[in-house]
This record gives sequence, C-alpha cells and structure tokens, in this order.
Amino acid sequence: MNFIRFITGSIKIIFHGSKTYYAWLILLLLLIIWGGTGYSSQLTHGLIKTHMRDSVSWGFYIGNFTFLVGVAAAAVMLVIPAYIYDWKPIKEIVIFGELLAVCSVIMCISFIVVDIGNPLRFWHMLPLLGTMNFPSSMLSWDFFVLNIYLLINLFVGTYLLYCIFYNREYNKSIVLPLVLISIPMAVAIHTTTAFLYNALPGRVFWNSALLAPRFLASAFCSGPAILLILFQILRKTTKFEIKDEAIWKIAELMVYAMFIYLFFTIAELFKEFYSGTENILYWKYLLFGIGDHKEIVPYSWSSIIMGCIAFVLFLIPKTRKNFVTLNIGAVLIYGSVYVEKGIALIIPAFTPDILGQIYVYTPSMTEIKTAVMIFSLGFLLFTFLSKISIAIVFDNYNIDSLTRQK
Amino acid sequence: MKNTNSRRSFIKNISLATFSAVALSGCKSAVFDKFLQKNFKTLSKKEKDNIIRDLEIKYKEKYGKEFHVSDKPEIDGTLFGYALDLSRCVGCRRCVYACVTENNQSRDPQIHWIEVLQMEKERGIDFPHSTAQYNPEKVPEKGYFYVPVQCQQCKNPPCVKVCPVKATWQEPDGITVIDYNWCIGCRYCMAACPYGARHFNWGEPNVPTAELNTEVHYLGNRPRMKGVVEKCTFCIQRSRAGKYPACVEICPVGARKFGNLLDPNSEIRYILENKRVLILKQELNTQPKFYYFYGI
Repeated sequence: MNFIRFITGSIKIIFHGSKTYYAWLILLLLLIIWGGTGYSSQLTHGLIKTHMRDSVSWGFYIGNFTFLVGVAAAAVMLVIPAYIYDWKPIKEIVIFGELLAVCSVIMCISFIVVDIGNPLRFWHMLPLLGTMNFPSSMLSWDFFVLNIYLLINLFVGTYLLYCIFYNREYNKSIVLPLVLISIPMAVAIHTTTAFLYNALPGRVFWNSALLAPRFLASAFCSGPAILLILFQILRKTTKFEIKDEAIWKIAELMVYAMFIYLFFTIAELFKEFYSGTENILYWKYLLFGIGDHKEIVPYSWSSIIMGCIAFVLFLIPKTRKNFVTLNIGAVLIYGSVYVEKGIALIIPAFTPDILGQIYVYTPSMTEIKTAVMIFSLGFLLFTFLSKISIAIVFDNYNIDSLTRQK
Repeated sequence: MKNTNSRRSFIKNISLATFSAVALSGCKSAVFDKFLQKNFKTLSKKEKDNIIRDLEIKYKEKYGKEFHVSDKPEIDGTLFGYALDLSRCVGCRRCVYACVTENNQSRDPQIHWIEVLQMEKERGIDFPHSTAQYNPEKVPEKGYFYVPVQCQQCKNPPCVKVCPVKATWQEPDGITVIDYNWCIGCRYCMAACPYGARHFNWGEPNVPTAELNTEVHYLGNRPRMKGVVEKCTFCIQRSRAGKYPACVEICPVGARKFGNLLDPNSEIRYILENKRVLILKQELNTQPKFYYFYGI
C-alpha cells in the first residue's frame, strides 16, 4: 500500500504547476494529437503512407530509434565522471540520468513499434510466448538488452525517489550493484544497436568495425548535451546545486568525445575514398549526391557543419566557459548527431539499393508526424517524471506533506 | 480485514474486466484465434489442418472462389536448384509477369519477385551501372545483356539468420519460406538480403479476383496481407507437385532450368557438371542454389 500512496502522491504533483507548465503540457498535447493523425492514417493504410519502399526498406523511424538508443546510453554513462570527479550531487545526477534513459528507451521501443508492419504481433518476439530467434538475430538481442536496461533504470530511479519520499535511507547493497550494472549495460545497448547494422555484410555502408565505436562516441556527444542544459535549468529553478566546474567538466568530456568521433569519421572517410572501390558510392550519395539525386546532401552537410562549430565552441576554453556559447554548442551538437543518426546513417546504406538501383527516399509527412507524436509523448513523460523528482528531491515533497494536505 | 476485502474485490474486478475484454473481442472469436495463432513450424498436423480449412472458408467468403490451400511438405531426397542461361536471356520480362499471376502478387501496389537488370556488355555484371528501367520497342538491345534476379535460395541465408521471430526458415528441400501469419513486418530480412529478393506489402495487397490463382500453398502463393514480407519460393505449390516453376515454363528462349540437385541425372546436375557456372556476390558466402551460366 505504501507504494500505491507513493504513486498517488506522485500523480498529484503532476497536476500542480505554474501557467508556463500548463502551457507546455498543452503544447505537447496538441503536438501529440497532430502527430497522432499521421500515425492513425498509417495504421489504417499501412506503411505505404511512409516513403519507404522495397529499395529503401528502413528510414526515418529506424534512424530516430538509433539516435535515442544513444541518448539513453549516454545519460547513464555520465554517472562515471560524476563518480570519478566527485561532483557533489551524484545522487541527483543518477536520478535524472536514469529517468532520461527510461524515457529514451520507451521512445526507442515506440519507434520500433511504429516501424513494424504488424504491431499487434509484437508478442511473437517474446521468449516462451513467441519464438524469439535468440541468439541468432541481433534484433532479438537488441530487444532483450533494451528491455533489461529499461527495467534496471526504472527500478533504480523509482526506488531512489521512493526512499526519499518516505524519508528513508536507500539500501546501498541494492542500488550500488544495479547502478554499476547499468553502466556497462549502457555501453551494451548502443553496441548491440550498432551490431544490428554491422551484422549485415550485404550492406557495405554499415559493414565497418568502426560503426560501434562511432556510435558510442557520438552518443557521448549528444546525450550529455541534453543533461548539460537540463542541469542549468534545474539549477536556476530549484535547489539543485551543481558547480560551474562540473558543467565545464561535462563540456570538456564532450570535447574528447567529439574529437574521437571526428577522428573515427575521418579514418572511415580516408579508407573509403583512398581505396576508391565500388563501395564508395554510398558515401558519395551521402556527401555529394549521385547525378541529379542530391536530396540528402543538405542534411549531411548541415550535420557536419553543426558538429564542427560545436567542436570549436567546446574546444576553446573561453567559449566553453561562457554559458551562452556553451549552450549554443550543446544545441548544435545535439542537432548534428540527430541528423547524422536520423538521416545520414540509414538512408545511404540503402541508396543505391542492393541491386544498384536508385530510389530517392526522404521522410514523408506521415513519418514526420509520427515522429513528432513519439517525441512529444517522450517529452511529456520526461516532464512528468522530472516534475515528480524535482518535488521529491528538492522541494521536500514527501509522505508527511501528503498527509498534511488531507 | 478491510484491506484483504478490498484486495480481493480488486482481483475480482480485474479478472472480470479481463474476462469481459476477452469476451468482447471474442465476438469475433475467429479474429482472436488468428491473433493467437502460433508459428506454423510449431503446429501439430491437426492444428495445421484446422487452420487450412478455416483459410479455405475465409477465402471463399472474401473472394467468392474455391481455393485449394496445400501445406504439402518436402519430398524426400529433393534439394531444388536453379540455373539461368545468361547467354540466352533476352530480357523480355515474361518471367516477371508469369510469376506475378502464378503467385498472386499484389498489382497495386506493384510487387515483382523477379527483377530483370539490363547490363552493359562492356562492363560485365555490374549492379551500380545496371538499370531495371529499360523500355525499348524490342529486346535484346545491342550492347546489352540481361540478368534476372530473384531469391537465390541460399544454403546460408542471411535473411533467416536475422529474423527476430523465426518467421522465415529454410525447408529441407532448400526452399526458404515465410509464415505470413507470424511475420511481424520488421523488414530486417530485407536489409539483410544481398539480392533484393524480399518484398514488403506496404499497403493492402490488391489482386483482381478474376486473376486469382486458387491453387495455393500455405507457405507460398496464398493471398498475403498488409504489413508482411514475401518472396520467391521456387513456386513451392508447383515444384512440390512435380511441376516446373512458372518462370521456367514461360521462358520463351529456354534460359531457365530447374531440378533436383540430389538427382545425378537431372538437367541441373548436367549443367553444373558441363557448363561453367557463377553465383552472384559469392564473397558474401550466402551459397546460392541459383546458378548463372553461359549455355552458348
């Protein structure tokens, strides 16, 4: 019963807020409804409402999925530096990191659900109930690790909040091992996702051993970018205390990640372009277009330019320590990685298609609407979870305040 | 005491709610049964027979035609192989359309299990420089040759390996099939297939009733539904009945050969022994049972 009271207490919080809070909720709801119209038409007519076809059989949905796996992974990996450098609010960083991870994984799974042709048959993937192709299929691995990761983070996040809510000491022997497991699990989810693509020797664009390392490096750029901004907002609006030095440290770590990412990408480009084999076609399509087909060139270059500006902004100590330029950099690197994973990772692997034919793919309105729906749902969930955690962690909202209200 | 009571009533309510939900959806119990239908490979003979009988009734209702749905298993001692004579193929695409009618492929949206590529003689087999969109008055065109590509029925099929739900597998006679009722439509197999042999029903498939082929196999040419993957099965409904696949039969120049690889006297074995054959993308180790050769 205690747990139910914790839940009802939490639900009460999400209905109390300022006008801005409600305006934000209404905005998200409107976006969900708008996006939902796209998804409902896809449900009635099928995936024909997307621009995917046999030649380019995966597109924007799978790209978004990949991006969000990265966010989910990086959110928790940030616990490592928080621990090593002994930033004061480690518990808070763990809580917010895990909640962000929970929301991202839920969004990931949603993107898979909207991408598959028969969402009602999802249970076929479950062990025992269905016939999971484990360990042969990398998709079943991915599904498996993502769900475990979701459960661990959901448990740790909820448990920590629950303990604070009841003014109890949390049980270290439960939390510590789980947090320690969740860190390699964070690496595992992104690696498995990279292996999902890597496992297809026919798709040479993905068939590079650098894919998984590049995934991890890029995740370490985009994931902390979100937390960096979130921490600043929390610091302004709540009692959350994080020193400037800690934020700069995160930024510094992001520079290393960006540098490694850049280096990996250059290594990849050198190998492809210097060898000049037939496989260069996919990179050509991505960066320069083939013939008149230049549809995704603007995306790839905008990603490159945003990434490079962010790198410079983070590299120079002066701009790194200036919060305006720091935040611009954070938004830019987030945008860069989003475009890279959403568009530049998936589409060139399918263009030209496996038999050399060119089918030009860009996301359809239905795909964009559906993605907006999922992102808004994810933001809504994260808003609620943050609201609850802020109240419990910083505003001393606990079981006593609940009884006092009565 | 009060607590236990409320818990008990809670459980009661929940089970009632679940029951009524099941009952409600049970209004169309056939729909519910179909939802719960298991992977075809794991079914017993009796369950398969029931499913097939129900399917025949359903097709009768839907299309007003008598269907004969078979689930004929492999014949012992057969391993099907295919050979295509590149020197004879003229690129007329009759195989493409014979395949469409035989296997009830959707006309709109259009699905073709065979794709014929026109290649420049100077370049040899070169996919990036080939085109599937050739449309002259007369074929063959000077300076070009033609490479029809369909499922290569790999001995080491990458599509089967990646399927997360085991909805596709290789039968003992070497044909890779799909259980359309089990496929979740994730299209991982399409990403894995190096031959573009797998096709997805992006929308509701559409076949004019008059053109429906009613002689169907459960794992082959029975009408498909929206959101599942389909592919060439060497016309499983024909080959297991001792007939040639439709593409072999229609080919006007006799470029297509089909037979049992385990029978030393078969035409396919003769070709393997006496002609020089090649397979597509051999570096991927998919080990196709679909061979290309030069007959003349």
